[in-house]
Amino acid sequence: MLSIDSLQVTYGGAVEAVRGVTMEVPDGTVVAVLGSNGAGKSTLLRTISGTLRLHRGRVDAGEVRFEGQTLTGRDPGQIVRQGIVQVPEGRRIFGRLTVEENLRAGGMGNRDRAAKAKARERVFDLFPVLKERNTQRGGLLSGGEQQMLAIGRALMASPKLLLLDEPSLGLAPRIIGQIGEVIGEINRQGTSVLLVEQNATMALGVADLAYVLDVGKVSLSGAAAELARTDEVQRLYLGHGEAAVTEQVSRGPRRTLSRWTA
Amino acid sequence: MTQFLSLLFNGLSLGAIYALIALGFVIIFKASEVVSFTHGSLLLLGAYSIARLSESLGFLGAVLVGLLITALAAFVVERFIINRLRGAPVISLAIVTIGVDIILLTELIRRIGPDILNVPHPWAGESVRIGGIGITQNRLVAMIVAGILIVLFFVAFKYSSWGVAMRASAEDGETAALMGIRQGRVSALAWVVAGVLAGVAALFLVGSPTPGVSSAVYATALRALPAAILGGLDSTGGALVGGLLIGVAESLAAGYQEQLLFLGRGFGEVVPYVVMIAVLLVRPSGLFGTKELTRV
Repeated sequence: MLSIDSLQVTYGGAVEAVRGVTMEVPDGTVVAVLGSNGAGKSTLLRTISGTLRLHRGRVDAGEVRFEGQTLTGRDPGQIVRQGIVQVPEGRRIFGRLTVEENLRAGGMGNRDRAAKAKARERVFDLFPVLKERNTQRGGLLSGGEQQMLAIGRALMASPKLLLLDEPSLGLAPRIIGQIGEVIGEINRQGTSVLLVEQNATMALGVADLAYVLDVGKVSLSGAAAELARTDEVQRLYLGHGEAAVTEQVSRGPRRTLSRWTA
Repeated sequence: MTQFLSLLFNGLSLGAIYALIALGFVIIFKASEVVSFTHGSLLLLGAYSIARLSESLGFLGAVLVGLLITALAAFVVERFIINRLRGAPVISLAIVTIGVDIILLTELIRRIGPDILNVPHPWAGESVRIGGIGITQNRLVAMIVAGILIVLFFVAFKYSSWGVAMRASAEDGETAALMGIRQGRVSALAWVVAGVLAGVAALFLVGSPTPGVSSAVYATALRALPAAILGGLDSTGGALVGGLLIGVAESLAAGYQEQLLFLGRGFGEVVPYVVMIAVLLVRPSGLFGTKELTRV
């Protein structure tokens, strides 16, 4: 469905963020991309969703193809209409707009009224709380509810492929579990998912396939369940064993935090 | 007391016209992140077109075509200049609009020359009296039309897809783009709406008690800028309140000129700026503006 072929991306013509990444999202699957800060995960999503230019980034080589058509060089609006929608990192809901208006904004790329009505029903089924809070301002929702709204807003465009950028960021463990379940449910309803995460437990739990990015390159890839058993993933991302703890502490506080939420 | 009420009423009608222009400033600012200094000359373009075309097309035809020309000019400025400079520093964009303004204004002044062009409003220059309060027919029609347009605008801004798209992209442009909202279109439409509003304002600004279309109309139009700023540049409600406030202040200052003589003649013309400064000293982001504009 989505294939990325030896993609190279630089920012400002100097900083190499993605250095020759090749990956595949088969139709109907959940694919997880793991990696620490600066691994190139967000850059990868920006390239797919067409927002790279807003960050002064550029594709130097390689390409992204979706259902046989190249996405490189298209603008975000066209890509949404092709069926790829991204839930941005940090939720980024429209805080001054009501929940309803947020959902309407999400449906802007969806011209088909019937599809939009169906999408809305699906969103309210998945997240009943959004229906209850329909007329409230987005900024008044709790963190978990905001993440639900961000996912619901993206679903309003009836995407074939949903891109999620760290949906677990800053959420309590219980909520992260719920988000994982919701991702699984969305996938069962027929939407493919590309999930970028630092929370490996949740991501590997829900994904079929996984890739590990390290400084702009794919360092590991394979079936999620198998990957979860490899020493490297256990040590670096799932935090088993002594070595992991010391290494994570020495690499800075952010890492440690990401392990605690796991 | 009658004099006061009369001045207040006239001020409100003038303020309603200012509010139309100020709304244009605000939606352009929200959609394109630029303070458009092109607005004064766009308005003059509208006034000039209506005056020139009314000989051949009649009043109604001239108004329609005049509004179309103003909207088209706004659209062209957005498409060919502002849109191409997307992401440029806010200050450069503002200076660019000043440049466009000067070019357009110079050409219009050359065409108008020292004349005062007449717009044959079907409503004559006479005054009507409502309970002892005198107001020219033009200002009365202006108040009604502006009132209707402002209500329509607010309804559209709150409920239409364009309004939602506009508010979403004003709040977070990148996320709006991720939702498939085409910012280029939102912005172009904002300029067109602002152009039409400026055109309507032009139609009434050049009617009685103003003698007609002259380059002085430009200065009048520019007084809507303090109205937009004192209301809060990113607040549509602020534009409305700011417009009315400036209109009333100007009307009162002109009406009580004799009592205000110690401030010198023509104080009414500077009063919008005085009010703006006074408001900004107390509330730096305007009456209803967002406290911190974290625009980049």
